[in-house]
Amino acid sequence: MAYDYEKSIRPGKLPHIWCPGCGHGIVMKGLIRAMDTCGLEKNNTAIVSGIGCASRLPGYMDFNTLHTAHGRAAAFATGIKMVKPEMTVICCGGDGDGTAIGGNHFIHACRRNIDMTYVIMNNYIYGMTGGQFSPCTPTGMKASTTPYGNPDPIFDISKLAIGAGATFVARTTSFHATQIDKLIAEGIKHKGMSVIEVLDDCPTSYGRRNKFRSVVDMMKRLKEVAVPVAAAAKMTDEQLEGKVLTGVLFKEERAEYTDQYAKLIARVQGA
Amino acid sequence: MSAKAEIEIIEEYCKGCSICVEFCPTKVLEMDAFVVKVANADACIACNQCELRCPDFAIKVHKL
Ligand SMILES: Cc1ncc(C[n+]2csc(CCOP(=O)(O)OP(=O)(O)O)c2C)c(N)n1
Ligand code: SF4
Ligand code: SF4
Ligand code: SF4
Repeated sequence: MAYDYEKSIRPGKLPHIWCPGCGHGIVMKGLIRAMDTCGLEKNNTAIVSGIGCASRLPGYMDFNTLHTAHGRAAAFATGIKMVKPEMTVICCGGDGDGTAIGGNHFIHACRRNIDMTYVIMNNYIYGMTGGQFSPCTPTGMKASTTPYGNPDPIFDISKLAIGAGATFVARTTSFHATQIDKLIAEGIKHKGMSVIEVLDDCPTSYGRRNKFRSVVDMMKRLKEVAVPVAAAAKMTDEQLEGKVLTGVLFKEERAEYTDQYAKLIARVQGA
Repeated sequence: MSAKAEIEIIEEYCKGCSICVEFCPTKVLEMDAFVVKVANADACIACNQCELRCPDFAIKVHKL
């Protein structure tokens, strides 16, 4: 039998609005498989997003879902988790939503180590609004607002998450489809803030402007630049030039925020 | 050679991105204007690459 994705999708919602070849659909399929692996119950799971093409994802999912304000996914998700710590909370959105306007909420969710899983779809651009540069647009590449090439250095989302205090951080790409669900599932099972960065492709607002002939070319590039962490350990700095590390980049156990908060309440009420 | 799977294409969902065509190892699929079609059914080895990679939930691999 073919994989039953439909059971996780709201009836009548397909076809989705994403452009031909947009990587967000590949990520959504990975998320569905990961949620199946973890056996998540619909009523006990919330999926939260901000605004952007990537942030349209929860609208298709037959779970408790919130489509909030631009950049505010982590803030709303924090609210849900504080009120209902027993719920599995999943955030998703784009690089623009999560690291530009929403950068502050993102780093503070990492700092608190609140138990949620944040799937961030990094297509290097503001896709929805016509291709303005994001904090993840690589230096030299073109956006509608950087027609001569982007002069800025990038945020490395995974490094940002590790630096800010997330306790599970992993990266993969939309080419590595089966790794998407494995890493998201591991993130869901991890207690604490999990960040899964998925490099994916926006052929419409990024690819065309940067002279990729097709989305298949963009996917082949993802295949070429990805280096699994274990392989990277044996490579020189020169060999790693222009590559991105994939797999589990960081994992540690640390006190989780809602647990600490419950303890605080018990202590104060007991006193 | 006989097909190892039956390929179902949901034409209303297919956006013709050609990802499945490109990643099918045995060239089972082909573009037909804006929608993909099965051109060489017998060559299917049921590897599932097309279903796994389709961003649009538009292709299903039913193993035989
Ligand atoms: C407060 C506010 N500012 C700006 C916008 C316009 N806006 C909508 S989506 C978006 C960027 C989306 O980019 P990203 O999060 O990377 O997602 P993508 O569309 O690339 O998937 C912007 C700037 C908005 N909706 N709200
Ligand atoms: S504009 Fe880009 S990110 Fe948005 S749906 Fe189209 S391809 Fe995807
Ligand atoms: S299952 Fe594999 S061989 Fe068959 S059509 Fe899909 S990609 Fe091609
Ligand atoms: S990958 Fe999906 S949407 Fe793209 S051509 Fe194949 S069936 Fe159609």
